[in-house]
Amino acid sequence: MIHSKKKRNMNLIIGGTILLFFLTIMVISFFYTPYDVNKIQVANKLQPPSSAHWLGTDKFGRDTLSRIMTGTQTAFFVGAVVVVIGLFFGSIIGGLAGYLGGWFDEIVMRFIDALMAFPGIILAIMIVAVFGTGITDTALALGVLATPSIARIVRSGFMQNKDLDYVVAARSIGVSPLRIIFKVIMPNIYSQLIVAGSVAFAGALLAESSLSYLGLGVQPPDPSLGRMLSESQEYITDDPWYALAPGLTITFIVLGFYMLSNGLRELTDRRS
Amino acid sequence: MAYILRRLVFLCLTLVFISIITFLVFRILPGDPVQIMLGPDADPARITAVRHQLGLDQPLFEQYIHLIQGFVKGDLGESLRFSMPVKTLILARLPLTFSLALMSLVIVVFVSIPLGVLAAIRKNSWGDIILSSITQVGMAIPTFFVGMLLMILFGSMFRLFSPGGYIPWGESFFGALGSLLLPALTIAIPQIAVCFRYVRNEILEQTTMDYVRTARGKGATERATLFKHILRNSLIPVLTVFGLILAEVIAGTIVVEQVFSLPGIGTLLITSVSGRDFPVVQGLVLYIAFVVVCINFIVDLLYRVLDPRIRLK
Repeated sequence: MIHSKKKRNMNLIIGGTILLFFLTIMVISFFYTPYDVNKIQVANKLQPPSSAHWLGTDKFGRDTLSRIMTGTQTAFFVGAVVVVIGLFFGSIIGGLAGYLGGWFDEIVMRFIDALMAFPGIILAIMIVAVFGTGITDTALALGVLATPSIARIVRSGFMQNKDLDYVVAARSIGVSPLRIIFKVIMPNIYSQLIVAGSVAFAGALLAESSLSYLGLGVQPPDPSLGRMLSESQEYITDDPWYALAPGLTITFIVLGFYMLSNGLRELTDRRS
Repeated sequence: MAYILRRLVFLCLTLVFISIITFLVFRILPGDPVQIMLGPDADPARITAVRHQLGLDQPLFEQYIHLIQGFVKGDLGESLRFSMPVKTLILARLPLTFSLALMSLVIVVFVSIPLGVLAAIRKNSWGDIILSSITQVGMAIPTFFVGMLLMILFGSMFRLFSPGGYIPWGESFFGALGSLLLPALTIAIPQIAVCFRYVRNEILEQTTMDYVRTARGKGATERATLFKHILRNSLIPVLTVFGLILAEVIAGTIVVEQVFSLPGIGTLLITSVSGRDFPVVQGLVLYIAFVVVCINFIVDLLYRVLDPRIRLK
């Protein structure tokens, strides 16, 4: 026990550091980018990394570093919206299903199973096909997508807790079911919710970049790392750094969230 | 038998739910699909004609019944853009996507299971730590970026494969294999990461079980304990992951076909979404979801066949 406490939670440290780094970049990008993000300088196009352009320039001569910096805004925005939607609806649906049980639970779970049977990207494509593309629609579509898996986690948390003494006690003194769900049980599964939230964040980033890569996600002029990658594709063999910069950025942010979620899980496991 | 029946009922229920979700998404959500399809300046007469052609002027319930009947008969209507039956469009592109998915799956199985076993045996060795770190990155990397990285590595350096472009199986076997190898690898890599971690953890968990101690106590060699006892028991739960991986592989083909410009189901889906060809999108989504649900059903049944304990419970 003592040994495990001494062992450093590397996932939490590394994941947290990666995310802090990109969050800082995102915050800075609101006030400062090395160049104007949309300034086209055809004479400067497809420059390799240099002291003037740290990450080179794209096919229109725009500064890649500046575009990646603003691209992180979109990534974090979409991720945050998805997590908020997923946690909000996931907690309500999963909480009610887990606490009430019975036919309500059965119907909700069948519905969730059906939703989860769609490969995520297909459901997202379907929603985008109807709603249309763009940053808000993409975020909403992916939020809907994140809800079922979070609802499942919340539900299983509720099933574990609902017959424990503290819940029985609350029920016996006449606390209303809604209050039990949201005020009594919910605080006890916060740690699971935080882990689920950071996994959902990572999933949202991957999905957003895929959709934008396919041309069905974030649309110009909103910057998107996924779209930067699709723009870079025709130059992939001659100018690989053009694709590497945004690709590695997405990978590292997602990695950060995965490591963070693993670290948080370790943390709660150790506590219990 | 009762279990299989219950699962069958669940399967049908899930399929009904899926069809309802697909149906509703295309009909009830705000915005008129025909209006979106034809653009804001479309002639009202044309809108009425297309609505009629798609059967959108009928009551909702009848539309739904019509969709299900068509789905069962394999008649999904006509594409608005290609003026061809949706079925013909799908069938023409199926061999490519099917072989791509199959190749990816084979790669996943043959790479992730041996690696997972190896990492578990040599737990906390450098090899294990490196493999585990690589797979963590493998899970975080977007599939299409994997494809682009492979293109950078192989496409230009060795020119062994033909990134971008598909040679049909009928034309040249090795040509087809070559043109699908990089895309298949692209789809497989993130799934190898998932599967590797699962196999490794499962084996490590089984190693702590009583039966392993018994086997060792009897004097079984480490090798025999691993292959005859641990591996047999740990690969059964891995099977459930394969249902999920298969769904991911199918989803992966959609994106990766774009990366390598392969004319498969995924490309058809994406161009149909961009071209607002709703009959095609609806048909594809239904069939893909149908395939995924059925695969999960089969995996579920296989799980019982392979593990007698579940049957006894």
